[in-house]
Amino acid sequence: MKTDRLWALLFAFSAIFATGSFIYSRNNADWWLLPNVSSMGREIDHLFIIILVITGVVFIATQIVLCYAIWTFADAPGRKAHYVHGQMKLEVIWTIIPASILVFLALYQMGTWSKIKFRSSLPKVQPVAEVTGRQFQWMFRYAGDDRRLHTDDDILTINDFHFVMGEPTIIHLKSQDVLHSFFLPQFRIKQDAVPGLTIPVWFDSDTAGKFELVCAELCGWGHYKMRGNVTVHANQVDFEAWLKKTKTEQDRDQLALVNAVNGG
Amino acid sequence: MSDHAHLADHGHDDHIHPEPTNFLAKYVFSMDHKIIGIQFLFSGLIMYAVGGALAMSVRWQLAWPWKPVPILSGLWADYGYRMPPEYYNKLFTMHATVMIFFVIIPLLTGAFGNFLIPLMIGARDMAFPKLNMYSYWAMWPAIVLMSLSFFTPGGSAEAGWTSYPTLSTFRWSTPGSLDGQTLWLMALLFAGVSSLMGSINYITTIIMLRAPGMKMFRMPMTVWAMFITALLQAFALPVLTAALIMQLLDRTIGTNFFAPANWMVANAGNVVGGGQTLLFQHLFWFYSHPAVYIMILPGMGMVSDILSTFSRKPLFGYKPMVFSISAIAGLGFIVWGHHMFQSGMNPALGATFMLSTMMIALPSAIKTFNWLGTMWGGRIQFTTAMLNAIGFVAMFVIGGLSGIFMAATPVDMHIHDTYFIVGHIHYVLFGGSVFAIFAGISYWFPKIFGRMMNDRLGKIHFALSFIFFNGTFFLMHIIGMHGHPRRIADPTVYEFLRGSGVVGMNQFMTINAMLLGLTQLFFIYNFFHSLFFGPKAPANPWHANTLEWACPSPPPYYNFLKIPTVYRMAYEYSADEVAPLDYWPQDQPGKSDTAEVHSGAH
Ligand code: HEM
Ligand SMILES: [Cu+2]
Ligand SMILES: [Cu+2]
Repeated sequence: MKTDRLWALLFAFSAIFATGSFIYSRNNADWWLLPNVSSMGREIDHLFIIILVITGVVFIATQIVLCYAIWTFADAPGRKAHYVHGQMKLEVIWTIIPASILVFLALYQMGTWSKIKFRSSLPKVQPVAEVTGRQFQWMFRYAGDDRRLHTDDDILTINDFHFVMGEPTIIHLKSQDVLHSFFLPQFRIKQDAVPGLTIPVWFDSDTAGKFELVCAELCGWGHYKMRGNVTVHANQVDFEAWLKKTKTEQDRDQLALVNAVNGG
Repeated sequence: MSDHAHLADHGHDDHIHPEPTNFLAKYVFSMDHKIIGIQFLFSGLIMYAVGGALAMSVRWQLAWPWKPVPILSGLWADYGYRMPPEYYNKLFTMHATVMIFFVIIPLLTGAFGNFLIPLMIGARDMAFPKLNMYSYWAMWPAIVLMSLSFFTPGGSAEAGWTSYPTLSTFRWSTPGSLDGQTLWLMALLFAGVSSLMGSINYITTIIMLRAPGMKMFRMPMTVWAMFITALLQAFALPVLTAALIMQLLDRTIGTNFFAPANWMVANAGNVVGGGQTLLFQHLFWFYSHPAVYIMILPGMGMVSDILSTFSRKPLFGYKPMVFSISAIAGLGFIVWGHHMFQSGMNPALGATFMLSTMMIALPSAIKTFNWLGTMWGGRIQFTTAMLNAIGFVAMFVIGGLSGIFMAATPVDMHIHDTYFIVGHIHYVLFGGSVFAIFAGISYWFPKIFGRMMNDRLGKIHFALSFIFFNGTFFLMHIIGMHGHPRRIADPTVYEFLRGSGVVGMNQFMTINAMLLGLTQLFFIYNFFHSLFFGPKAPANPWHANTLEWACPSPPPYYNFLKIPTVYRMAYEYSADEVAPLDYWPQDQPGKSDTAEVHSGAH
């Protein structure tokens, strides 16, 4: 049928919708990558964009070929199909070019990956906190005045994570019960918390302010609400002031608890 | 390549067993590969409706969190008609389980594999007809156990289709980890046994029962794909089986394969432990990565044949196509770690898995180029089957390309466990496998049932499915890169997901999903109406070359009155030697294998 070639429009439409939605979403803060605040996030965004451009070009090229073929080679009176079984030269070309691109892409990731996740590249600083996931909250343990964890003066918070801007920061990530995943979307950081393992995670922030901590690994019926607040302090002084205030509150609450128990 | 196919004596003409006459033996406990294929087809399509309904409930909750779900909400009168959060987890767990283990795998390998393999290689039946029957009936305990699990205390499993411990192993960790999870494990064991029996049968049949002249390199791509798929299943499934049994033991008799020392859940007592949580993930993905190829390779094979038939042109690059599915299968065994980049696995291992994962995109690219090459210069006939096959190519490209983002370990750090992954999954599994299934049904319906489907309804169904499919799934990539996690019952808990842009997109996707669901009514109507009232199909309605079209529609019991002799490969379309005919069936005598002269010789 003569109108058959119009099917090309349907396929073109979907390709335009796909390409267009990526281009359009750049202008909407609700859609594009969240504004990034960490140094590794910058690298990750850069890698993301590179892959987006390369895959975008491949995508558009293949869709154009497809639509052109549908339009041009649709059955029509007098058309004869071209009898051919293949072409060695083409096969070699379209094996070698994508292979080189893919190998390049893989090697190009290695630097960033090793910098973020390899133990050997952990910054040489004390961990700011021990973070334990449990159904369905994040528990944070900060060192008290003795600067050591698991002592009497530790400071404990729930769903409330604080650290200092501009400094490499390490947490020790644990899980008490099931898998969870420590996900900071504005920092592009994700690491599963695994029962039985203690996993060091490092990151930093170039912006002070409030952010969100997401649990990204299914952990049971309340998984969706396992959300934490993240506060990045502008400097060490602010951070220690917060730590001191929290410690005072914690001691007061504990005293009240002791009194209540004794009184009852 | 030497060829011993003709030595197999099962194919001999004097070997026809009488057709069973009683109803049970003929249609229920049938050993005829065609009936078994049809049984798989029907149960797969029924489960497809179930899986679709589950999906729409999931989408409803995402668009309008905690608003009463139409129809279902009556279940939750006690909760103010809101869906309890654990129920949401059950819905997506069961949706994925049903779609993967009860729809796509049984339809592709069970229905098409069974029906097509013997017909396409010129055999009278499978090598082990009784095993074939068992393979179908092993599905039913699986379906029954899975359905029962909804009615146990705590309800069905809710640990995701991936079922990671310790959520899945510790009974009190979430309601679905009570007896629901045990039933889930047992159901999957049955489904696995079914697949294993099928795959052994397919491998043996393809190696032993090819008609005289059907060399390996004359087999149609569909058969090649089924062959490689069966090998994948045979080698990967034992590992899943082991993992499921280990999890079952952890849950029932108190072993600790996946429980670390001194660990507890929900303040219950400490567990003695000593196991490794990540071990399950390794075992699971060692099967389940190959499994994603089990879910696409048969589709690739069928689409290759359909594209060639309706382009009236030989398949472009037959041997590169065969080598690339073999490469996919081989590489498929060394990429499982890409599901575990952020799992706590050694990051150095992650780096090597990244390289192998990038390389597995290569054969997929080669296949895509060859499909385009097949259409190029053809005389394209736009049947329903062809449109679905083209849809497969267009959509698979998106799924393959999104895979590259996640193969890049640093980028995966951000998009892992977000909607980006959900987008990827659906572009390969719906855009790929499901469109291939629709293409296959439209193409082989006349052969299976002896009647033609309605082409106009088929096209309406395709066009609407294609539009609403893209409307449902494409934007998932975008909210995924924004950070929208998967598997959460209420995105608005997070501030960065509360904006009107994200909420609006979620609603847009849900509306499209509902329309996509409704569109399937065209298919259901067309299927059943054609089954009873469609015009009678000729033996070879598409003027195709493969052997199944050499026997009547539907094929008689034992398929071929006389075992055909194969003279050439399946793709001789528009060859000058037979002009003005533009096809040259494999069993028609004449000059043989122009293909061997042509392929690669340019
Ligand atoms: C072109 C080659 C492909 C590449 C490079 C690729 C890559 C990946 C990667 C890296 C992941 C893990 C993402 C993550 O969890 O962070 C993934 C997930 C997945 N892929 Fe692919 N993929 C490809 C093709 C396919 C195909 C053909 C299918 C199925 C037909 C498929 C089905 C899936 C599924 C179901 C998941 C998600 C599993 C889950 O976590 O629930 N992929 N893919
Ligand atoms: Cu969680
Ligand atoms: Cu995989």
